[in-house]
Amino acid sequence: MMKSLILETATKLLFPLLLMFSIFLFLRGHNDPGGGFIGGLVGAAAFALFAISSGTDKARKLLRINPTFMIGLGLFFAILSGVISVMAGTPFLTGQWAFPVVFGADLSLGSPILFDIGVYLVVVGFTLAVIFSLEEEG
Amino acid sequence: MSVLVAVLLGFVVAVFAPWISRLLKDSAGWALAIVPAGLFAYFASFLPLIASGETFRESTPWVPYINIHFSFYIDGLSLLFALIISGIGTFIVIYGGGYLKGDRDIARFYLSLLMFMGSMLGVVLSDNLLTLFIFWELTSFTSYLLIGYYHEKAASRRAALQALLVTGTGGLAMLGGVILMALAGGSMEITELVNEADVIREHGFYIAILILVCAGAFTKSAQFPFHYWLPAAMEAPTPVSAYLHSATMVKAGVYLLARFNPILGGTDWWLWLVTGFGAVTMVVSAWLALSFTDMKRVLAYSTVMALGTLVMLIGMGHPYAMQAMVVFLLGHSLYKGALFMMAGSVDHEAGTRDVLLLGGLRKVMPYTFAFGTIAALSMAGIPLFLGFIGKELVYEAALGFSPAPVLIIIAAVLANIALVASSGIVIIRPFFGEFKETPKHVHEAPVSMWIGPAVLGVLSLVFGFLPFLLSDYIMVPAASAVAGVPLEFYLAIWHGINLPLILSVVTLLGGILVYKAWDNLRGSVMPGYKTAFATLPEAAYDFSLNSMLSVAYWQTLLFQSGNLRYYVMTIVGFTVLLVGYPLVSKAGIYIPVDWSDIHFYEWLLAGLMIAGVLAAATARSGLIAVISLGVVGYSIALIYLLFSAPDLAITQMLVETLTVILVALVLIKLPGVPREPSPVGRARNIVIAVSAGLMVTLTLFAAFTVPFDPFMAGYFTENSYVIAHGRNIVNVILVDFRALDTLGEITVLAVAGVGIFALIKLHNAVKQAKEEGKI
Amino acid sequence: MEPLLAIVVGVLFSTAIYLMMQRNLIRIVIGVIILSNAVNLLIFTLGRLTRASAPLIPYGQNVPLEDIANPLPQALVLTAIVIGFGLFAFALVLTYRTYKEIGTKPVKEG
Repeated sequence: MMKSLILETATKLLFPLLLMFSIFLFLRGHNDPGGGFIGGLVGAAAFALFAISSGTDKARKLLRINPTFMIGLGLFFAILSGVISVMAGTPFLTGQWAFPVVFGADLSLGSPILFDIGVYLVVVGFTLAVIFSLEEEG
Repeated sequence: MSVLVAVLLGFVVAVFAPWISRLLKDSAGWALAIVPAGLFAYFASFLPLIASGETFRESTPWVPYINIHFSFYIDGLSLLFALIISGIGTFIVIYGGGYLKGDRDIARFYLSLLMFMGSMLGVVLSDNLLTLFIFWELTSFTSYLLIGYYHEKAASRRAALQALLVTGTGGLAMLGGVILMALAGGSMEITELVNEADVIREHGFYIAILILVCAGAFTKSAQFPFHYWLPAAMEAPTPVSAYLHSATMVKAGVYLLARFNPILGGTDWWLWLVTGFGAVTMVVSAWLALSFTDMKRVLAYSTVMALGTLVMLIGMGHPYAMQAMVVFLLGHSLYKGALFMMAGSVDHEAGTRDVLLLGGLRKVMPYTFAFGTIAALSMAGIPLFLGFIGKELVYEAALGFSPAPVLIIIAAVLANIALVASSGIVIIRPFFGEFKETPKHVHEAPVSMWIGPAVLGVLSLVFGFLPFLLSDYIMVPAASAVAGVPLEFYLAIWHGINLPLILSVVTLLGGILVYKAWDNLRGSVMPGYKTAFATLPEAAYDFSLNSMLSVAYWQTLLFQSGNLRYYVMTIVGFTVLLVGYPLVSKAGIYIPVDWSDIHFYEWLLAGLMIAGVLAAATARSGLIAVISLGVVGYSIALIYLLFSAPDLAITQMLVETLTVILVALVLIKLPGVPREPSPVGRARNIVIAVSAGLMVTLTLFAAFTVPFDPFMAGYFTENSYVIAHGRNIVNVILVDFRALDTLGEITVLAVAGVGIFALIKLHNAVKQAKEEGKI
Repeated sequence: MEPLLAIVVGVLFSTAIYLMMQRNLIRIVIGVIILSNAVNLLIFTLGRLTRASAPLIPYGQNVPLEDIANPLPQALVLTAIVIGFGLFAFALVLTYRTYKEIGTKPVKEG
């Protein structure tokens, strides 16, 4: 952790922006540059910045869930998306799609999106597990 | 019930054997014996079919696309073996229950024994060569467990390993042999290969097939000079010796040769190789038996003698020999099984099995004595016992061996003289004469331990009296199966006064003389004989094993230096040679000439990357190295951006940033970066590194001369939106088309994350716990 | 552009391998990072370069209208970058742990 008022203040402003940017990158990933890997890295960078400026204790509290748990959760989602394909009678990890209209908006929901969420979580979890551990090493 | 079920039954019951053993305690042996007894009944139901000259075959696909099937074939030969295996197995399970009563590992004995029985049935019933090989290896494996049953004894472990290595090596040779055979004959099924026998015998692979198959059979059936493992395996509990090392497993090699006789037999090579090894084994080991005083060793060497006889008979190839082979085989299985069990009972009750320490047991162990004696008389080839008929047939076969009748008959008589003497040693010494005090207080063995010798001994007598019981039902079909053509013969007790009978009398008298002189022989000739034929081959085994270990040690030290730079040098050096040589010789060196489409800023970018990487390599401080690395990384991100890869550019940029954070966290805690000290080492490293780089560049140059194949890219481009509903093709490939790859990659990340977590967090937790004295 | 990048890739390989043959753990780790960058660039270059446009399908179309960059090497390299990062992090922590435990950094001399 670096004690710097400027950094801390800047991070407070940047952090929510980075986090939103991360989710934005993730969501547009299927049609525009972005996706689980990129979104995950931005999200991880946001928390890493926060951890460096305000300490890992606060960062962990903000994250709410343990990064190693996040890795496991990510793998679970990724595999779950494959299991959905199997249950639909297609080979493991074949994309399954539905196009419901909710409140007048066209949604395209597919198992690849669930898979990408898995990727996102693993990338964030991995990066934060490493950075938090090293930061706490002192 | 299909044959497949029958073969697998042993394995299935084996799994439950420990529970059954715990549940039924001392009567578990009787209960588990139902399995082999049931199998015996099942196989016996094939007798009428086989006796009528038919055969039975069934096939269940296992791994069909490489022609591995559970195909089973029942003819006279396999049925004879299956009946021996299940029949003797019944009494062995009962006997084992008595012999190992109260032993804490008895459950493991049942488990291994039943698995062994299943494997052995698989060997003799399989029609598919690869299935046969798998069961064959399973018998080696289960016998390793059984020989090493007393695993706390060093001698047991050594014997188990020795048996495994010898038979396992032979098994590998056999695998090579059967694969070559399948290639030459165009089938994996033995029944089909029999029809291709002429093709195989004429094939260029024939000699190789023969040698490899024989290597497998000779090691498994303990032929000289690979015989030493069998006597050593006497470290096993006696029920195991009685089953594996007399009646079943050691006969697997004999079975294999008999089974392949119609395919590989009939050539001069076969004749001399198989007959030669068999005859030498027969004579050498028969006399080796006389150099021991341990009942089990004497029996073990006489078993090797029997195996040698069987192999010799198969090699001879004429109908008499086949007839002799099957009769001798059954006779031996019956009397040797009984005798081993008898020796085990003596050992179990008296505490020793050294015949010099035993005497006068006939009064205290009457049943064991009576049934043992019947078996021993059969072994000695006394008339009215099955052993007699077997021996007569062996002599007849030897006399009919046209290439060298005199040589073979002398060998056979010599061997059988020693066999008669061995019978005397294991019966007269321990049971007659004055009673000697033994380590344990002797009394008769329990019924579970004499019922086996009783049944097997009595059968030797019954079949000896009434040999026609056997002829048509099993012996004729079995001998026909070995010969490959239908044979006709009739077994009789009495053939009139002929040459074999005279030879039998000579054998008997000779045997009595040798027995009388046994004490003197042991003191004079036998030690030298033993050294030459028993100790030396085993020393050769030890020597080769030790040499192998030294070579392994030496080459491990040579190649596995534990020094990273040598690994890198070796890998890179070989890669440069293996890629570089064909590149230069086949593709040639191609230097591109068109450099015109490169923009000015791209030259600049390339220069920046080269400068950055060189700076990182020569930096003295970690910080400078990291900054230089950053320059390279961000330049690469720019390259990605310039050449239409926005996803890559973003990812590269982010990873570079995170890398800097990580490095900032770690590297600043580490001291500076010293340079390579020795200039010679530096020069060598530079040469290796530069040649590797040059090779990569030249390979790329050459690759660019080949037209690009847009097939894959085209597929993804055309289907990304239509099938996978995504407009970012790169992302669609990642999460849909190639999602399985991505799943693997995030799994790698997860594993790395857990690893890092363990390296830091768990390590600290353990350290803390140690400091607090919790661990 | 491909020939120029081929030369850059060669230089990156040389440097990476040179560094991996050193005694110093930090240099070895730096070598590994450079190597993974070099391989990424190699795959990217082998898939042929184009300045035309990114592998995206314009809205309202089912297939791209013009020539686009080859998406397959991009997908391969994208995961490779992240995996390379994971590898780097692991190597770094291993180095750090080794340093903490043993206190010296030279690789064992054979």
